[in-house]
Amino acid sequence: MKILVVDDEEDVQPLFLQRFRKEIKSHEVEFDFAQSGEEALNYLKDKHSEVVLILSDINMPGMSGIELLTHIREDFPTPPPPVVMMITAYGDEENYKQAMDKGADDFLTKPLDFNLLKEKLKTL
Amino acid sequence: MYFFTYLAIFLLALRLRKSLKPTAIYPKWSQQLNIIGWGACALLILISNTISSEEVRGVIGALCLAGVLYYLYKEPDFKPFSILLKAHIPLVIVAIIVELTYLISDNFYDKYDDFFQSAYFGAFAFIFIRLSASKKQQAELLKVRERKDELELLVAQRTTEITKQRNELQETVKELQATQAQLIQQEKLASLGELTAGIAHEIQNPLNFVNNFSEVSMELIEEMEEEMAKGDLEEATAIANDIKQNLEKIRHHGKRADGIVKGMLQHSRASSNVKEPTNLNTIADEYFRLAYHGLRAKDKSFNADLVTNFDPDLPSINIVSQDVGRVLLNMFTNAFYAVHQKQKTIGGDFKPKVEVSTRTIKTPKGSDVEIIVKDNGSGIPDAIKDKIMQPFFTTKPAGEGTGLGLSLSYDIIVKAHKGHININSKEGEGSEFIVTLPVA
Repeated sequence: MKILVVDDEEDVQPLFLQRFRKEIKSHEVEFDFAQSGEEALNYLKDKHSEVVLILSDINMPGMSGIELLTHIREDFPTPPPPVVMMITAYGDEENYKQAMDKGADDFLTKPLDFNLLKEKLKTL
Repeated sequence: MYFFTYLAIFLLALRLRKSLKPTAIYPKWSQQLNIIGWGACALLILISNTISSEEVRGVIGALCLAGVLYYLYKEPDFKPFSILLKAHIPLVIVAIIVELTYLISDNFYDKYDDFFQSAYFGAFAFIFIRLSASKKQQAELLKVRERKDELELLVAQRTTEITKQRNELQETVKELQATQAQLIQQEKLASLGELTAGIAHEIQNPLNFVNNFSEVSMELIEEMEEEMAKGDLEEATAIANDIKQNLEKIRHHGKRADGIVKGMLQHSRASSNVKEPTNLNTIADEYFRLAYHGLRAKDKSFNADLVTNFDPDLPSINIVSQDVGRVLLNMFTNAFYAVHQKQKTIGGDFKPKVEVSTRTIKTPKGSDVEIIVKDNGSGIPDAIKDKIMQPFFTTKPAGEGTGLGLSLSYDIIVKAHKGHININSKEGEGSEFIVTLPVA
């Protein structure tokens, strides 16, 4: 299962790679990273059919996570549409509503509870 | 006519007594003057009966008058009456001349009798005329003195009024200064408030990493123990390496959060006014992102492209970093506000973009450091270009801005650091704020 993680912070990469060490080793998951909405869209142009899940931060310079979400829903509607989960430090009602309205599948708050994430991934 | 001199003595004594009555020296002279006055009368009566020659009577009278005048003139107490005394001199002279003339030559006298009599009378009258003139003079002098006193009183009153007004104004100035200080503090707190959301976000990220990397390191240690138990040293070493890296990241992010908090505290504290060598790139970058996140936290729809062009060789400059930081923060906030406004009005494909760049410039005196904040926002209309640096001027709706940001920035950059702020702007297209600071 290919997962794309979109976050402007570089250090999320080793974090994910270490947290999912076992799963990566056993080839259950494969992670790719983009550091901006633009980078993510570029990546998705080629790989959208391979990516099953997109995890995106909301607060990023340039294109925000919500914008990215909107683009994804517009550009890649062909079923099955990729699952998009928003990750953000701002866990408030308004953000949640906005994300869900734009078509997010789930909404996670930082700091990421990796165990919870792993649970959710199981149900995908 | 000879009696004029006696009459003059009598009247003189009377007048002097009258004038001295209200004064302190009255008791001293009262009796003497009485003697002089009545003595003159008595003398007149005496010589009228004893001396037959009118001329001799006249000469005696003149000499007595002269004597009295001389005596009184010498007394310092009668100094104020010197004019009055002198006025009697013509009478003395005329009397002596006339009487002597008659004594010497009857014929001569008879020829000019009328003339001599007129002279006598004239000299006598002269006393009164002179006195009257002198009285008039004194009255005028008194008037003038009174007027002077009046004026002095008015001036004193006016001075008191003005002094009172001045004191009131000074009080008002003090109040205004205190209010201004309050407003400036409020502005600082307001900008601090703007930062808070940005700072919370900025701290959240490093903290997350600290937590996550700690947790994952704990898991890794368990794995490492498993691998060691299995005997797979290679894998164990690889994991150990990862743990080392994680701990390094924890330290890094911890320091990041630490720096952000310190920066925030510095910002809220009253300025220390101490200039320290500072790298402008660092504070520019920090406040740039802080301003951005701060605005994002307030308005979720806010979005912008952040571009940085920092000169890596930028020299350190001696500045009060929290003050200059505040200036940069203000400019960034203004830039973000401008692009956001433009986006709200024209929307569509407009891509808000704020760019900050730094560079060094050579000057005749040495070099300057330049930081440019450029935005593609709504721009500044020509009409208000001159006003934006003024205190309390703002284009934001009531309650949203104090209008002190740029004026404080001006004070900090130009007055405290001897730098410049230049503005280029085109309405509708964007603005550029150029802050120049001398290196030395």
